[in-house]
Amino acid sequence: MNRQTEPHSLYEHAAENLVFIRDTMERAGSFTAVPGWGGVVMGLTGLAASIIAMGQDSPRAWLITWLVAAVVALAVGLVAVLLKSRAAGVAFFSRPARQFAFSYSPAILAGALLTAALARAGLHSLLPGVWLLLYGAAVVAGGTYSVRIIPLLGLLFFFLGAIALFSSPLIGNVCLGIGFGALHIVFGAIIARRYGG
Amino acid sequence: MRVKHALKPKTSAPSRELVPIEGAVEKTSELDRLIHDRLRLGILSALAVNDSLSFTEIRNLLKTTDGNLSVHARKLEDAGYLACQKSFQGRVPHSDYRLTARGRRALQRYLDHMEALIAATRRTQ
Repeated sequence: MNRQTEPHSLYEHAAENLVFIRDTMERAGSFTAVPGWGGVVMGLTGLAASIIAMGQDSPRAWLITWLVAAVVALAVGLVAVLLKSRAAGVAFFSRPARQFAFSYSPAILAGALLTAALARAGLHSLLPGVWLLLYGAAVVAGGTYSVRIIPLLGLLFFFLGAIALFSSPLIGNVCLGIGFGALHIVFGAIIARRYGG
Repeated sequence: MRVKHALKPKTSAPSRELVPIEGAVEKTSELDRLIHDRLRLGILSALAVNDSLSFTEIRNLLKTTDGNLSVHARKLEDAGYLACQKSFQGRVPHSDYRLTARGRRALQRYLDHMEALIAATRRTQ
């Protein structure tokens, strides 16, 4: 670098370099294999589950419908992450992926345990709110290590969960459809377009 | 604009030499030329926040070509800033890179220098 360089351009050059370093660190430390198209398929599963669940007569049948949808969506999500990781040449268990998983899992595990306890107590009407709140918490926590749009998705789930928790079972089911169905489809499509598949 | 937090945990404090704000502009000729290159700076920055990264991961992250990355990674390796572990995944060769303590210190010094430059030029304005 020339000693005669203007201080102003030196400042700009140093600032640019720091921005570049920060941006590279941010991208290198983020879990980028969030599945966009996988999210869309998960959303379609959620949408189908909400329609099927609405027609169920018993709380037990309603619960089974959503549990089957959850297992299908989980499998779709895992396969989609695996495929996207492979396509991008990123390790499936990279450090950002592990951080994402460790942040995401506790709230999901809590949701599974609460589902068992609330269903046993016959409190099925609380399940939509609990699921949406805890899934939102999981997504916000995991999103800390991922692309910027993910925490916003989590917050929207949180918002829907708050509505569902204090509403009738019918509204709760609609909130589940909006969250696990529509939100997954919309955000999945945005992720697919912006972050490559 | 502070990015040093990603480096601090693994930096041994005694070996750190802060770049003084006074004279930072005059000392731009002493910048580590090896790191000053954009691609090499990118490689070090990416490895600073990961235990290790594969050749493919770095190439995709920095959107560069195989040949370009090979050349620049080799220069950093020769300087002792990177360590490379080569292996085979099936029949495909696989290279994993990690930042050495020397490379981490060099990046830290570079960051200090950039921040000192900014502080110094702000003072003169």
